[in-house]
Amino acid sequence: MKAKIHVTLKQGILDPQGKAIEHALDSLGFKNAANVRVGKYMEVDVQETDKAKADAQVKQMCEKLLANTIIEEYRYELV
Amino acid sequence: MNVGVIVFPGSNCDHDCRHVFQTVLGQSVQMIWHKETSLKGVDAVVLPGGFSYGDYLRTGAIARFSPVMGAVKAFAKDGGAVIGICNGFQILLEAGLLPGAMLRNKSLHFICKDVHVKVENAATAFTEACESGQVLKIPVAHADGNYYTDPVTLAAMQANAQIVLRYCTPEGKVTPEANPNGSLDNIAGIINPEGNVLGMMPHPERCAEDVLGNKDGKLIFLSLLKAMKVKV
Repeated sequence: MKAKIHVTLKQGILDPQGKAIEHALDSLGFKNAANVRVGKYMEVDVQETDKAKADAQVKQMCEKLLANTIIEEYRYELV
Repeated sequence: MNVGVIVFPGSNCDHDCRHVFQTVLGQSVQMIWHKETSLKGVDAVVLPGGFSYGDYLRTGAIARFSPVMGAVKAFAKDGGAVIGICNGFQILLEAGLLPGAMLRNKSLHFICKDVHVKVENAATAFTEACESGQVLKIPVAHADGNYYTDPVTLAAMQANAQIVLRYCTPEGKVTPEANPNGSLDNIAGIINPEGNVLGMMPHPERCAEDVLGNKDGKLIFLSLLKAMKVKV
């Protein structure tokens, strides 16, 4: 199965890249663009056919390495 | 004193640290490759600056799983002195040896310049050669030095005097303007509650001898020698 993982800064944590992009969008005339948040997208092939097992493994990967849960949150889907 | 300098793939201040301890201070130094699982009986450990693992994923995120980090954690748990400088500080945070995390600098710029830091706690093994409130001029060189932690942890650190160094003006005023990277509470360096693990973003090894025109950073290393009862 393939895990499609998104990691973003938690709400309330300053995202300087998001702010810079927001300013750029604003200066391009996208006056209604707000709250830009930048994150990471990762794909991982998990050699596992049991969805529950794959899910548990991907959760561990996120908790241990892929996200720093002090500042980041993650979500994923298994396809 | 026998100092261990850990070398990760991408460390680039490891030899500067070796130079200060060995040439400037006359101590013996072991360079310890990150694949090692033993610290070879050293008395203190330095996690140097650089870009371990290319800063991939997050700064320090991959280095914290290097084999040597198991030995570093055990050493720290037994009360051994560990100092993490810049990337070394980031690794200590990711490893959970110090609380909090680093965010991208508020300005998004890589900042490489002299800054001033105030010694907020001179009663530590890494600052005892300084006066309380002393202002040190030490360079920073980082893109991710914007320290963050949750309000509860911050309050605990403040109460325990764990905030050892704070960015300040040359006169020692801790102001938002003196904060180069947006760091919470102007934090430049923190220590663990037990007092044996220090992380700091500025590079004391880059200003520890006369020929460099500034030796404020030497005080950090002299403090450690003093704490270990080593005569220089």
